[in-house]
Amino acid sequence: MTEHTNPEDPVGTAREDVHESHGVPATRSLGQDVLHPPRERLRELVQALGDEGFDLCVDVTAVDYLAHAARPLPEGVTAERFEVVVSLLDHAGKRRVRLRVQVPADDPVVPSLTHLHPGAEALERETFDMFGIHFEGHPDLTRILMPEDWEGHPLRKDYAVGAIPVEFKAAT
Amino acid sequence: MSSDQLVDTDEGAQEITDRSLVPAAERLREAGAVLRMSEAAAAELEAREPSEDETMIMNMGPQHPSTHGVLRLMLELSGETVLRTKPVIGYLHTGMEKTGEQLTYLQGPTNVTRMDYAAPLFNELAFSMATEQLLGVELPPRATWIRMLMCELNRAASHLLFQATNGMDIGAISMMLYGWREREEVLRVLEKITGLRMNHNYIRPGGVAADLPDGWEDDVARLIEIIPPRLDEYDDLLTGQPIWRERLQGVGVITTDEAIALGATGPILRSTGHAWDLRRDMPYLAYDEVEFDVIVGTYGDCFDRYAIRLNEIRESLRIIGQILEKMPGGDYRVQDRKVTPPPRARIDESMEALIHHFKIFTEGFQVPAGETYAAVESPRGELGCYLVSDGTAKPYRMRVRGPSFVNLQTLPHMMRNGLIADAVAVISSVDPIMGEVDR
Repeated sequence: MTEHTNPEDPVGTAREDVHESHGVPATRSLGQDVLHPPRERLRELVQALGDEGFDLCVDVTAVDYLAHAARPLPEGVTAERFEVVVSLLDHAGKRRVRLRVQVPADDPVVPSLTHLHPGAEALERETFDMFGIHFEGHPDLTRILMPEDWEGHPLRKDYAVGAIPVEFKAAT
Repeated sequence: MSSDQLVDTDEGAQEITDRSLVPAAERLREAGAVLRMSEAAAAELEAREPSEDETMIMNMGPQHPSTHGVLRLMLELSGETVLRTKPVIGYLHTGMEKTGEQLTYLQGPTNVTRMDYAAPLFNELAFSMATEQLLGVELPPRATWIRMLMCELNRAASHLLFQATNGMDIGAISMMLYGWREREEVLRVLEKITGLRMNHNYIRPGGVAADLPDGWEDDVARLIEIIPPRLDEYDDLLTGQPIWRERLQGVGVITTDEAIALGATGPILRSTGHAWDLRRDMPYLAYDEVEFDVIVGTYGDCFDRYAIRLNEIRESLRIIGQILEKMPGGDYRVQDRKVTPPPRARIDESMEALIHHFKIFTEGFQVPAGETYAAVESPRGELGCYLVSDGTAKPYRMRVRGPSFVNLQTLPHMMRNGLIADAVAVISSVDPIMGEVDR
């Protein structure tokens, strides 16, 4: 087993080789390609990657880094509370790439990818439902898993886990 | 949460709305114009649209027997013809991704196994693979091959279930009983190995829960002997039968480009003639050491999807046959003190082993910080698990990309301009498992 923990560098930033790809910082995470585009450039980047062969949008999701802000990011990328994570797959080249987009908490808006990948529609709706991140240009941004009148976004870290107090009584 | 952080949540109804209220572009999208359309083609499509008073909006589900659980479809009908469809989901949402953040990595498989309950071992596999990538542990060969054996058995069981429900939906009631009968044969073997028919919690980070029991070879060998003749019976009963073909051929057609645009994977994508199977194209476990064929269709219709799943059972049995011959000896889990509890015999004689055992099952083990994505080919398509670890014993974020959830988006497209009776065939051919759709 490889030893990951180094007191100087607990999360392993230094080991990852940071380079540039498509004009945005790129890293490798455990052998997987990761790009860190700013959100303004997301759509343009997905388009460019699409022309290169990344034809399937596998997944759109998000992570709320409220309780784990100190994560390794390449230089020039400011850590924000939310991260939208887009996974793309290239069928012909048999490769994957992951885009991690920083999204600030006070303005949680990201351009929608539905014009490039119609299949991202339900995934973006789910991300909106669970994190409250708005996808600009999405044709039908409504809740998908939670009821329409639900308040809050359950996968946010400041959204409490529900619990029902159970009273145990002695058997009579 | 303070109120200013709350985003307004009143975004309107998750319903299909009246035709006059929906903008033309949106109607085209719902109609399935997912690929770029020429303006002339769009105008032509618009011109053929019926007016609102000729159509009716109808609700199908969530308690409809052919919706495989709690799928609700809102259909706009013109007579018997389906014009627009909107799937409404979430009836089975139990917040499993949130739950996953509260459980240790060792408890994680008990949670994810309940997502795709027809193919539970694949959920456990994706989660375990992602965890192992973060841990950086290398599995012993026997663990890898046991996992492969279990997954292929599970794939056969899942596709047999499809044969049963597909038969039932389309009216071949005897097929339902046969499919269920054969699936039970497979589940009996799974039960003998894991202790449970479903929701096994058998594949865990670091290997599998227990070694294969004595006599497993005989059980599995019996299985690969009795199932193929029964698959041939299915062929006699259904594949060549004119009523069956009439009912499925040319129904719910989708092209490769459309399937990829909509994010479809698995049998739906393969039915269009696009040979893509993660087991072959991005091998994991030891799939590069066994021989099998990727089954593809030609027309992308319901019949192709039926035939693909039937033949994938044969391919799974073929892989299982090779696993029987090649199953290596050795350990069934990684011998890494951090991840693996000590053997039972050691607990009786050593206090340290007892403490170690106790700590692993109460506190769990810590996983180095990082993020990773692991994907496996489940019977329904690409099942992925995106894990973010912050260095503690519980995942910081666990995301499962369920293939059924994404595949459901092909429904409006495949059902357009079909009959209501065909809609049932189309839903069935997508084979959605609602536990995975809603998680």
